Amino acid sequence: MNFFIVSLIKIVLVFAIFMTTLAYLQWVERKVLAHIQSRTGPLRVGPHGLMQPLADVFKLLTKEDLLPPYVNRFFYVLAPFIAVCLALISISIIPFGPEIDVGGTRTYMQISDVNVGILFILAISAVSVYGVALAGWSSNNKYSLMGALRSSAQMISYELPLTLVIVCPLLLANHLSLRAIADSQAGYYLGFIPRWSIFQMPFPQIFGFLIFMIAAFAETNRLPFDLPEAENELVAGFHTEYSSMKFACFFMSEYANMVTITCVATLLFLGGWHPLFPAPYSNWVPTAVFLFTAFACFFQAIRPARKHDQYTFPAFGIGFLILAALWAVPPFQSILVPIFWFAGKVAFLLFTYIWVRGTLPRFRYDQLMHFAWTFLFPCALLNLLLTALFVAVF
Amino acid sequence: MVDTILFIIFAIVAIVSGFSLVLQKHPISSALSLIGVMGSLAVLYLLLGAEFLAMAQMIVYGGAVMVLFIFVIMLLNARAEKGTTKSWFAQIAGLPLLLCLLAVLGFLIRAVLPPLRKVEFGSWVGGTAEHVGQLLFTTYLLPFEVISILILIAILGAVVLAQRELD
Repeated sequence: MNFFIVSLIKIVLVFAIFMTTLAYLQWVERKVLAHIQSRTGPLRVGPHGLMQPLADVFKLLTKEDLLPPYVNRFFYVLAPFIAVCLALISISIIPFGPEIDVGGTRTYMQISDVNVGILFILAISAVSVYGVALAGWSSNNKYSLMGALRSSAQMISYELPLTLVIVCPLLLANHLSLRAIADSQAGYYLGFIPRWSIFQMPFPQIFGFLIFMIAAFAETNRLPFDLPEAENELVAGFHTEYSSMKFACFFMSEYANMVTITCVATLLFLGGWHPLFPAPYSNWVPTAVFLFTAFACFFQAIRPARKHDQYTFPAFGIGFLILAALWAVPPFQSILVPIFWFAGKVAFLLFTYIWVRGTLPRFRYDQLMHFAWTFLFPCALLNLLLTALFVAVF
Repeated sequence: MVDTILFIIFAIVAIVSGFSLVLQKHPISSALSLIGVMGSLAVLYLLLGAEFLAMAQMIVYGGAVMVLFIFVIMLLNARAEKGTTKSWFAQIAGLPLLLCLLAVLGFLIRAVLPPLRKVEFGSWVGGTAEHVGQLLFTTYLLPFEVISILILIAILGAVVLAQRELD
């Protein structure tokens, strides 16, 4: 019974945080892209557009849900459902931190620890292509079908290098459970170099990490690999015919896939929740970061760019001061510090996603396929061979 | 208790999907029913304790193989198949012959296979990746390598055939 209640609480917590992250990721993306392109991004709804995600949700919910007469009804309705369910399911086995002790109850910071965790993630990502493929086919529209075909081909092609580089950290960790993989990366060489997979002897996985990230961009259909929804060729690709909540499902699944795959990258290559510095220093890094942000806010408030900034920036600054204080309380540190490191790494990778989107143009379709099969695949294979050789010899 | 309930649910899903696979008129519907069969089989493997096999089933069959099926169906733009007018022989003798076939198969399975024990969910622990890997690289090393070479030959054959079409 105790297990049941604890699990229920964890599910509610993870769901709430995950959904908020998905909503605000979109705000962050629009803001970062805007600043990359010298614009300001959303500003109207709330201070600095912070209420924009809420407004977007209301807009999507209240729009008319169109059902075109020429579609294959059953599959047309089923496709967004498949896409969003499969995108949201993977978060249930991602570990966010070590085993914690809350009022005498010991529990993992994870909904459930599956001992074939990484295979589960691969299985879900292998099946999730059906959402896109069915959406494109059932829409009965040539642009949608083109988008779906491109997406299927792209996901099959990039799954190969992705899987091959996932094997390398598994060789180093010798386990399939995500928790065990993250725990195998604890500790430091010479007292300061973390034993994350990208630094781990005998063969550091830096190339593996790069290949993983490139393949992950393609798997999640993001720029520069967003051929399935290339606007200038295919209107909007596989979701051209979708409106209202069904469109929101595809939108949400794209962002959920992004968050999941960055979480997996963090766990496999960046040591999960294990900090960059040894423990005595690393416990104060969150406080220092939040204090710095708070002072940056106060400094901005002295010379406001817009009139309302002199009120909003101090408010944000006080918020960050409270966060800094929260992370400085020693009893909370055992829970909050691992979360900070995990969330920090995931946030950095998500920022990279947006950064790349703001920087690189889209590939041509033949370039995309050529790149996967003649460059990325041999590189991944070579990386795997070298890792296996080094692991076997040393 | 939960095991049994899950078994009943997914066994029913597997059988219904199997029937739907044969009865559906449209190729896409049939392919999706096949995915239903694969998925519920994976859950049954999981119930028996073969977690590695379950995940391999989902990745290889549920993912890669079926995506290729659907890809080809979409690419060829296959339409719903037209029902041909059945011959009088099939109309009359179809069902009795099917029942005869099932009876013979059932008899053969009972006669040839050794008597089966009752399945206890969760009692078997040989399904982890470690166990499967150990068996593949010790007891079943030769069959494993032979199959690898067979698959390699098949891949080379496919490349050669595709190349000939291009030239």
